[in-house]
Amino acid sequence: MAKKSIRIRAEIKGDVTEVKALMSHEMETGLRTDKKTGEKIPPHFIKEVVCEHSGKQVLLANWSVAVSKNPYLSFKFKGAKKGESVKVSWTDNKGDTDTDEETIK
Amino acid sequence: MKRLLLIAATAVVVSAFPLISTASPEDDLKAFRGYFLERFPNVPLEEFANGVYAIDASSREQWEAIEEFPPYEIAIEEGEELFNTPFKNGKTFASCFRNGGIGIKSDYPYFNTKSGQVKTLDVEINDCLEKNGEKPWDYEKGKLASILAYMAYTTRGQIIDIKIPHDQRALDAYEKGKQFYYARRGQLNMSCAHCHVDNAGNKVRADLLSPALGHLSHFPVYRSKWGGLGTAHRRFVGCNLQVRAKAFKLQSEEYRNLEYFLTYMSNGIPWNGPGVRK
Amino acid sequence: MKRRTFLQGTIASSMVGAAVSAGLLTPRMVLAAWPESAFSAKSVDEALNSLVGSVTHSASGDIKIKAPDIAENGAVVPITISTSLPKVESISVLVEKNPSPLAADFKLAANSEGFVSTRVKMGKTSDLIAIVKSGGNLFSAKKEVKVTIGGCGG
Repeated sequence: MAKKSIRIRAEIKGDVTEVKALMSHEMETGLRTDKKTGEKIPPHFIKEVVCEHSGKQVLLANWSVAVSKNPYLSFKFKGAKKGESVKVSWTDNKGDTDTDEETIK
Repeated sequence: MKRLLLIAATAVVVSAFPLISTASPEDDLKAFRGYFLERFPNVPLEEFANGVYAIDASSREQWEAIEEFPPYEIAIEEGEELFNTPFKNGKTFASCFRNGGIGIKSDYPYFNTKSGQVKTLDVEINDCLEKNGEKPWDYEKGKLASILAYMAYTTRGQIIDIKIPHDQRALDAYEKGKQFYYARRGQLNMSCAHCHVDNAGNKVRADLLSPALGHLSHFPVYRSKWGGLGTAHRRFVGCNLQVRAKAFKLQSEEYRNLEYFLTYMSNGIPWNGPGVRK
Repeated sequence: MKRRTFLQGTIASSMVGAAVSAGLLTPRMVLAAWPESAFSAKSVDEALNSLVGSVTHSASGDIKIKAPDIAENGAVVPITISTSLPKVESISVLVEKNPSPLAADFKLAANSEGFVSTRVKMGKTSDLIAIVKSGGNLFSAKKEVKVTIGGCGG
């Protein structure tokens, strides 16, 4: 992926880190028809999102085509400190992936 | 003629030769604004920049949830990159605008007395591209919308203050925009005003009609329906098609005059683009 | 031949080793098999059966679903599921009347809070169902979200 497709915000309040992530992805359902060709537009969607902190998986999301285009994800976890980082990675049904890291503020 | 314009330019309140119009734009603005403030008494003027979300709690909640991390942020970043990428000749967009192009969306649209036409930022961007040997961009969406998103973002918070110079042609452009707004069109034979003035706050099936006041404050807009960002003229086209009227070309004189009138009607309201809507 | 779906953590390590070295599976893929049959199930019960091997879940007041009463646009419905139930292992989101009800499944680590927020597509008025696996048991909550056809060509 040439363009960055994940934006992450991570903030810690007390001992809970809240992570918000916005991803650029078509999340094409495969149910729509191309008006010009009459063919069904094939599904193209993020299947899996892995969220890590200090190399350990905090959240694993398995998604279907029912997640909205340019998907948003927010979750919370304990055990992190300010200045540490969280990592979010996605894989789609075509095998494409992207990953990004952000410092916890 | 030149002397009269000089008088106007020095802002001395002198009644220069009267320009021909039915009512002055200032009177129109007062009436327009007054109508909406009365129709929605609990909504402060600046809130009209948020359209439907200023008048409906349930959709506002959904909008706020989306604004927590709005999809147009992607476009703002793309726009910033486009803005800073030099042309083949080494220059950048900054060279075409005052203040290096930062916080200047509020200068548009304006009446260009040299060309005798309303100039929109969209056209100015394409002029800049062509001046520098690059191909112009599509006026509907894509790169142009993204760069507008960035430029709208750096302009956020400024107050809309469109000027109509003391020039008969400028006043005519404003009047044409106004006439367009109030004219019936299409198979449904409705005008913009029918929905967004007379029926602002009422429902069309399950859609709540947004008030015209503040309408152009938040463009370009990410519409969930579009699944992406689009320009104001893209929305004009959509609205015209919705009343089954033949739409005009993006950046046509009709739509530029309409943008001129509509933006003027939002004077006093903050610029708050880019926005996200249903 | 139907491909076997591997549940997380139940794969014999020797099989994994062989598959990885044969280049058939990357380590990440092994640990996170996408529950294909659950996602293609056409009913809530079918999806749950496939996903968690059970359709028995008890309604819980400790699961809160924040979702609009009337969705402004069915393509982008912001939802938040939060729960105070202990030891939450997973939160699954289903849209009952969608062609395939299972929209998303979240697996939480031990230090993860019972909280997820996302935006989903709802094809029509439907119950939004949250299934939470806590301490090995399944709990649920639901909320009806109305999805309408707009008048502005939406």
